[in-house]
Amino acid sequence: MTALAIRGGHLIDPAGGVDGLKDILLKDGRVAEIAGPGKLKLANGAEALDATGLTVAPGLVDIHVHLREPGQGYKETIATGTAAAAAGGFTSVAAMPNTTPVNDSPEVTRWMQAPERGAAVRVFPIAAATRGSKGETLNDYAALKSAGAVALTDDGRPILKDNIMRETLTAAARVGLCVIQHAEDTRLTQGASMNLGPVSFRLGLRGMPAEAESGMVERDIRLVTELRDNRVHLHVAHTSTAAALAAVRQARRSGLRVTCEVTPHHFLLTDEHVGFYDTNMKMNPPLRSAADRDAMIQAILDGVVDAIATDHAPHAVHEKEVEFENAPNGITGLETALGLSLRWLHREWKMPLGRVLSLLSAQPAGLLGLKGRGTLAVGSFADVVVFDPKAEWTYHARETRSKSRNTPFDGWTMQGKVRWTISEGRVVYSNPA
Amino acid sequence: MNAIAAPARRQLQTPLVETSPFPYNPGSLLSGSDLSLEGVSQILTRATALENMDSLVRDRILAKRRVALLFYESSTRTRTSFELAAKSLGADTTLVSSLSSSIEKGESLKDTGLTLRALGAEAIILRHNSSGAPWLLEAETRLPVLNAGDGMHEHPTQALLDLRTILTHLRAGLTTVTADTLAGVTMTIAGDILHSRVARSNMLLLPRLGAHVLLCGPKELLPELAAHVGPGITIERDFDAAIGQSQAVMMLRIQAERLAGLQLDLEEYKANYQLTGPRLAAHAPTAVVLHPGPIIRGLEVTAGVADGEQSAILEQVRNGVAIRMAVVERALTAARQGGRA
Repeated sequence: MTALAIRGGHLIDPAGGVDGLKDILLKDGRVAEIAGPGKLKLANGAEALDATGLTVAPGLVDIHVHLREPGQGYKETIATGTAAAAAGGFTSVAAMPNTTPVNDSPEVTRWMQAPERGAAVRVFPIAAATRGSKGETLNDYAALKSAGAVALTDDGRPILKDNIMRETLTAAARVGLCVIQHAEDTRLTQGASMNLGPVSFRLGLRGMPAEAESGMVERDIRLVTELRDNRVHLHVAHTSTAAALAAVRQARRSGLRVTCEVTPHHFLLTDEHVGFYDTNMKMNPPLRSAADRDAMIQAILDGVVDAIATDHAPHAVHEKEVEFENAPNGITGLETALGLSLRWLHREWKMPLGRVLSLLSAQPAGLLGLKGRGTLAVGSFADVVVFDPKAEWTYHARETRSKSRNTPFDGWTMQGKVRWTISEGRVVYSNPA
Repeated sequence: MNAIAAPARRQLQTPLVETSPFPYNPGSLLSGSDLSLEGVSQILTRATALENMDSLVRDRILAKRRVALLFYESSTRTRTSFELAAKSLGADTTLVSSLSSSIEKGESLKDTGLTLRALGAEAIILRHNSSGAPWLLEAETRLPVLNAGDGMHEHPTQALLDLRTILTHLRAGLTTVTADTLAGVTMTIAGDILHSRVARSNMLLLPRLGAHVLLCGPKELLPELAAHVGPGITIERDFDAAIGQSQAVMMLRIQAERLAGLQLDLEEYKANYQLTGPRLAAHAPTAVVLHPGPIIRGLEVTAGVADGEQSAILEQVRNGVAIRMAVVERALTAARQGGRA
């Protein structure tokens, strides 16, 4: 395999504590060497990228995406979804199991990782916690793990029954997997299509109360507490309410292994952005109140949030061009997460660049135990993103690499233009200035 | 935890909510908030003019223009009055209802709208069971769309005809309104506020003219959130106290079709919120009584009140035709005149 050097850039590797001008050599799909500027000894004919003025960072890790395969290829395929990931600087994506069929078997788990899928970056399947994600019968977690599953969830169909959730947490802990919960008490959200509040009342839409999320998070934390097993790891997906974050914060103080992620749309947008029934502002959990959104920002800044994840959820155009109540939940996010995080968390809210990048790489990789990902330490996978941190650009949905274009961020100003994305030593996206 | 000093919350800049691009078509009436008070005045003034016009003259205003009525829900008053209004201006109307069209076969609202446009419809009057449907139809067709009631959201022509009724009774039929035209006027809206598009349209429009709106009903049908929808709105759960302060009282039907499993004790409801003759005589002997219909006699109002001297219910129906003439005319002429009302 050929070697690839990236020279002249500012290397930031939050996990390795590196933040400075460094050259990096990638070889045989791994990070081979990191050296001071101009210090790399290159073999004749070795390829080199000039990263002068650019930031070189670990390839980003998104632990919450919907790639829609198997079964929903008209929305997205593993090939198109990972192409969008590469364009957004992501080199690892963890794919949710709400496919058709549901990924509740080692067969589907392996199928998703097969080379025939044409993935541009590494796909880590997250398997269903229960058969068919029906919340009744646990799957064989050991078998799923050996097929490559990195976590368990019934995403979108929360596990409501206490005893099933308790068994899931216990069985997952036994094989060393984390349980990801889409926290929503669906008994409180029947027929609802946005956040419950003055805006939903004004728009005449049934609303989802914040308690539907926080109540489920509190229930799950209670179960974790009762289990008294420090191997149990609960991860709260797409946290959207101040009350749910408060519960996570409290659980952490009590020493429990409870982690959480927040999406860019939940730290940027509020239910007011629904405007007049914009279906690209419809997702689950819904856009919340300004107070909830502000709580997301605060929790990210003060370190309670463990990861930024996109909940990339593509839907075909015709599915979103319908009455708001009838539109499916979800928006795309892989191509906008870095640009929005740099524009808002870093530039506007003054979060150090290294911390922003950590939330998008080292921390999510650590959370799911993805070894050799989210870091540029020598010996780790040669997953790299090179971006121009100063470049401002405008995102256009029509130019997306995803099969779908259901984004609320069409026309938004982004900061930080990805120049190269490198997955295990291969350049999978390039957009030189 | 590597905590840093976070900026104080109030200093954080966050993304702005973009200005709404709606309505795309200056002839549309999607929400009462599409209209400035000047626009409201123009409609009220024009309604009176059209009502008083010689029918042979009126009949030529929209001669041979094509208006489609697209109805996804049953309707008596709204459908008939829109149809009569359009016809009395000379327009050709065609009715498409969800139960006798390709909508039954699964055709989307977008495709239905594009089909009507291709057939020559110059404006679409839409009644739909989903909140927000008129916005979708307008965005996809760019035709003038008149909202004839969308889900639990709005019913702007109803609010305009209610306003006309109130102005007749309390302001001697004034047609030019300003921000203080209804200063000092209190109106109670009582009953199933949660599911009512009439309530929403009225509670958003009347306070813009200086009126104070009191909402009254049980918690199940009137959540506290309702008071936060806009200025000039207060919740008063005591019905007698509410009507005692009011010059106008609007009663609403319990929308059984939208209750979604909610159980109500109707006897208790009647005891607390039914508008009866004795109640009216004791607390609001001069107030004008409105009801958007359909009335369920013996539930929210007694027959005596519905047919009584204070009732303006049939007057509301008549005002509906006048208001809708003005709104349909505006729909088909605003684009030519350019600019928004």
